Amino acid sequence: MTVDLILLGLLVLAALWAVLSVRLMMSVIGLAAVSVAVSLLMFRLDAPYAAMFELSVCAGLISVIFFVAISFTKRLTAEDIRTHRKERLRKTVWLPFLLAGLAILLVARLKSPGFAPAPDPGGDVRTLLWGGRHLDLIGQIVTLLAGAFGVVVLFKEKNR
Amino acid sequence: MQSLLILVPLVCLMLFNLPWKRGVGQAVSFGAGLAFLAAQAAAALWAMLSGGEPFADPLAGFLVFKTSADGLTWVMLLTIAVVAASSLAVSRAAFTDEKDRFYFANLLFVSVIGMNGAALSGDLFTLYVFFEAASVASFILIAFRRGMAGLEGAFKYLVMSTVATVLMLTGVGFFMLAGAGTSFAEVRAACLQSAHPEFARVGGLAFMAGLFIKGGMVPFHGWLPDAYGTAPGPVSVLLAGIVTKATGVYGLIRLTGSVLPMMPEVQTLLMTLGIVSIYAGALAAIGQSDYKRMLAYSSISQVGYIVLALGCRTPLALAGAVFHLLNHAVFKSLLFSNAAAVESRLGHNDMNRMGGLQAQMPWSSLSAVIGLLSTAGIPPLGGFWSKVIILLALWQAGFHAAAVLALAASLLTLAYFLSMQRRVFFAKGTETGSAVTEAGAAYLWPQLALAGLTAAIGIGFPFVYRFLLTPIQQLLW
Amino acid sequence: MNLAGIPFFDACGIAGALLLAAGLYYLLVTSNLIRAMIALELMIKGVTLFLILAGRVTGRQDLAQALVITLIIIEVVIMVVAGGLVLGVFRNTRSVGSRQIRNLKG
Repeated sequence: MTVDLILLGLLVLAALWAVLSVRLMMSVIGLAAVSVAVSLLMFRLDAPYAAMFELSVCAGLISVIFFVAISFTKRLTAEDIRTHRKERLRKTVWLPFLLAGLAILLVARLKSPGFAPAPDPGGDVRTLLWGGRHLDLIGQIVTLLAGAFGVVVLFKEKNR
Repeated sequence: MQSLLILVPLVCLMLFNLPWKRGVGQAVSFGAGLAFLAAQAAAALWAMLSGGEPFADPLAGFLVFKTSADGLTWVMLLTIAVVAASSLAVSRAAFTDEKDRFYFANLLFVSVIGMNGAALSGDLFTLYVFFEAASVASFILIAFRRGMAGLEGAFKYLVMSTVATVLMLTGVGFFMLAGAGTSFAEVRAACLQSAHPEFARVGGLAFMAGLFIKGGMVPFHGWLPDAYGTAPGPVSVLLAGIVTKATGVYGLIRLTGSVLPMMPEVQTLLMTLGIVSIYAGALAAIGQSDYKRMLAYSSISQVGYIVLALGCRTPLALAGAVFHLLNHAVFKSLLFSNAAAVESRLGHNDMNRMGGLQAQMPWSSLSAVIGLLSTAGIPPLGGFWSKVIILLALWQAGFHAAAVLALAASLLTLAYFLSMQRRVFFAKGTETGSAVTEAGAAYLWPQLALAGLTAAIGIGFPFVYRFLLTPIQQLLW
Repeated sequence: MNLAGIPFFDACGIAGALLLAAGLYYLLVTSNLIRAMIALELMIKGVTLFLILAGRVTGRQDLAQALVITLIIIEVVIMVVAGGLVLGVFRNTRSVGSRQIRNLKG
């Protein structure tokens, strides 16, 4: 279908944009576009809740984190572009092509089930998350607490 | 009782951070931490000795926690409690600032919850979630002093750990494609009778690759010496003693021992990586001049023995692997406490600028000797028995070459440790006759307690074998 | 649903694998800490898509979505901590770009 074709094309272009652009800011914008494309693909794959999370948290919050991080290092932009250009050429440019080829081969090799859609759309995620996966929720809380301590410890101005 | 091991520290953690009057949280956190860890060790010992939990879960009807516990879980919980308590005790002396101690205690609690949760979970994805909790706490702890080296070590660990989790989640995705959910039982069933067994196989390999990175096996070990070497003293005790073991190595034991079926190519892979890790770690350790980095490479080498035993995949080998994990946790946290004590007195870790500390720090020297003899597998210390079990299991299963190679590596271990002991304590050197004094009680007591523990494990081996290791042998399916 | 002869689900799988490959490539090529964070993000995006796809194909969207929501929360925490580390490095050297992370590929 056309919508899917456009989404997949957008995803691949955005990923290439993120990886190949020499300017850091452009890379982050590419990443946000990848997030949006993945999120829309999730809608197409019947996963609306996960898609909402992806759209709000990843495309929104994480981009903000990146923008803040870049704004700290703004005056290094020119130097960064120069080193990145040099490194990019010096290092393995052939690698993505090799990996992409391998990935496609793998998918082709494993294609035996043909990835048919399941007839049954499955249960409700809310029931499962609140009813069957309590431990994951506890784990989330603990990880968030760890992140809060990380903010307290790491963002503190160094006093020694 | 199982859910309490996760919920009690979580509630404690929240209580500490309520807006009490100045200093109340700080004052309480240390004592509460030690008390909880002692209770956890006691509960685990009780469960091992009596074969059942001390009391039924009071929250059983209230929360539907899907925890599961078996012999391996109890050994892990005991090890976590022992190492975390030593690390907490060392932190008392290592951090002078009251606030720093408080943050350390909080992050240690997070880490303990993460490891307890992982040990109690019966589900591959829940395993990943709790691994992440423990790892995030470690990233912050490594960079705790916000010096350049620590920040770089932490960032490197973060990158490698995230790559590892991507691999693990890819594995989970393949298991789902093979028709399984994420619980151990479902994955096991899918491996045996799936319409697409190749998906289960790829999933198993991807998950395992992630665990190799988390455990610091040799081709993926780049982050480990930096993380251990740059972390503050008590943090490297925690990290080297238990965090990488309770995440990567425990995951490997679970996956190969009680989730994946026998796959010949996986056994070969594990044995090869095990042997390579043993030798690469030991040879790299010989060349180090930094005390903590040398211990880190020694860690890689010792984890190699565990993976080698997992590749053998007999009940005895599995018991040997778990026993070696326990022993390794004890003697490595002993040696890292020792390194922390030396570092606190000298202010650096460079072994070339040490030497002659024997006269000034006799107790530290004694505990270092016990730790290194146990690592090298000298009877009657604990490390001897676990190596004997592993070698015996390898020999019985017909892997004679691997057994001989592993035995020969013990000599290398002894070589680099004796060189270390000579350079730090015995030989004449920079510090001969200097004004350095013995490390304080907060450094000495954990070391001596751990040294006593490794000796006790060795001397009480028949007892340990009966109560700790016999239940584990039945886990293999 | 066919896209130029390739079924939609297979195409999604290939896209996920491409994201993984792109992230790995970027991680290996760069020595800039912020670029390394972007690379990790790309890899996580790839695996997110793959998990959702696996759920859709096997009819377990509920499970896949529960996993992905947890994954996204953890991803944010990791990125915040990584940002904190980058900030610390910046404070120490006043430069993030020129600083090499040695042996990252170890």
